[in-house]
Amino acid sequence: MYKIESKNVNLHYGTFHALKGINMSIEKNTVTALIGPSGCGKSTFLRLFNRMNDLIDGVKIEGECLIDGKDIYSKSIKIDELRKRVGMVFQKPNPFPKTIFENVAYGLRVNGITHKNFIEERVEICLKQAALWDEVKDKLKKSAMALSGGQQQRLCIARALAIEPSVLLMDEPASALDPISTAKIEELIYQLKELYTIIIVTHNMQQAGRVSDSTAFFYLGELVEFDSTKKIFTNPSEVRTQNYITGRFG
Amino acid sequence: MQTDFKKRISQSIAFWTFRILSLIVMGVLFSILGFIFVKGIGVVNWDFITQMPEDGMTKGGIYPAIIGTLCLISGSMLFAFPIGVMSGIYIYEYTKDSWYRKFVQLMTSNLAGVPSIVFGLFGMALFVNKLGFGDSILAGSLTLGLLALPVVIRTTEEALKAIDKSYREASYALGGTKLQTIRRVTLPMALPNIITGLILSIGRVSGETAPILFTVAAYFLPKLPTSIFDQVMALPYHLYVISTSGTNINESRGMAYGTAVVLILIVLILNIIANLIRRFLSKKYKTN
Repeated sequence: MYKIESKNVNLHYGTFHALKGINMSIEKNTVTALIGPSGCGKSTFLRLFNRMNDLIDGVKIEGECLIDGKDIYSKSIKIDELRKRVGMVFQKPNPFPKTIFENVAYGLRVNGITHKNFIEERVEICLKQAALWDEVKDKLKKSAMALSGGQQQRLCIARALAIEPSVLLMDEPASALDPISTAKIEELIYQLKELYTIIIVTHNMQQAGRVSDSTAFFYLGELVEFDSTKKIFTNPSEVRTQNYITGRFG
Repeated sequence: MQTDFKKRISQSIAFWTFRILSLIVMGVLFSILGFIFVKGIGVVNWDFITQMPEDGMTKGGIYPAIIGTLCLISGSMLFAFPIGVMSGIYIYEYTKDSWYRKFVQLMTSNLAGVPSIVFGLFGMALFVNKLGFGDSILAGSLTLGLLALPVVIRTTEEALKAIDKSYREASYALGGTKLQTIRRVTLPMALPNIITGLILSIGRVSGETAPILFTVAAYFLPKLPTSIFDQVMALPYHLYVISTSGTNINESRGMAYGTAVVLILIVLILNIIANLIRRFLSKKYKTN
């Protein structure tokens, strides 16, 4: 069984047809990169899987989105339960104006966990997983706002990991960061693959090439090509993919 | 060369016009304050603020009016603040951007535009007579609270609007519900700005005379209230009384200025306190 599947998904923002019949199947514990020019629908596609598109007025979704074989848009699914299983990291680092500790603990607290020792344990584990522990272990009670952009983004990753999701959605997680922080995030993605199924939206071709197992190329709301990253970057079947990757448009 | 010179001239004319106009505004404010302080500070002393009025309000102090005004400020805020903040949350977080939200917003703005004497009449009809609270702190506070509501609602809405949506998304993405997101993320972040609204409405409420005229204010009542169903004296009304319809207006002229000084000082002190709270909170929740 595939971890994540979309079957003939169509999405409309009002009259705008943003996703056109997308079919995609994603294996467990892999990294899938979504690439394509701005406005091609890749972020919208990513946000299908934690139902973030539901927050926007006038969105209509057709087709099936499955995680572990279950339709996440069916009536029996509770949206906050779903989001507990599907973590998300955003483009701009967006830690809450709270302490470093409380940021990581947030997901646990809103999900009703009050056990102090358990929370402390999880916070430490997640900060270690996000490769941030050594830098912040002495200032957990300090505001997260005092961290650098790269540290904030790793904190956001730790925050997303705290509720033990099985899927991690990343929306251009390194686009606001300097090259050194970007390298750290990429290394992290590589390690996190062991435990999570990751989908990452990126504008950076090299990044897609470095971190992902499969790559999907979106153009004007269509999934043009979806294959192993190696194949996409060396021998794509579609001319449009070829043109985009080599920088001839987009 | 010529155009360059012209540009410079028009630059400095504009600059000086703006500067002089803003100085005039400040000048007016300071002359009002200065005038009142010079005339009134002479009568303000410990006895003035702690004694009952005597001799037909030409002697003694204004203690009951101070207490009355403080009661009305706190009463109206206790009423307007929670209701206003919750309404603001409802309008911004729960209604969609539709004709319904616009309608509610329009009605709120209309409420802000209603003359305060109309609030007074409404308060008398509803709270004093219909609900039978009589002339009382309760009726007066509710009336003043209604007056303050639009400001609190509006500032709450604006404060919530100013919060970047990425914080809400982050909370939802972690499985937070709407209510948890409001309680744990957006409301704390919005609180400093909401308190600014509170400051503005305290300023407005403390100085209003018309809404309390028929609902609570006593002409002369040299004792302190013992329950929320008692009448009280209030500073703005007392000021009006001793300046226009007292027993001996000339005798009490100095006291009128003194009353104005005390009223201004109370508003000033409350503003300073609220500002300190706001600063403390915005330091705690600052986002950059």
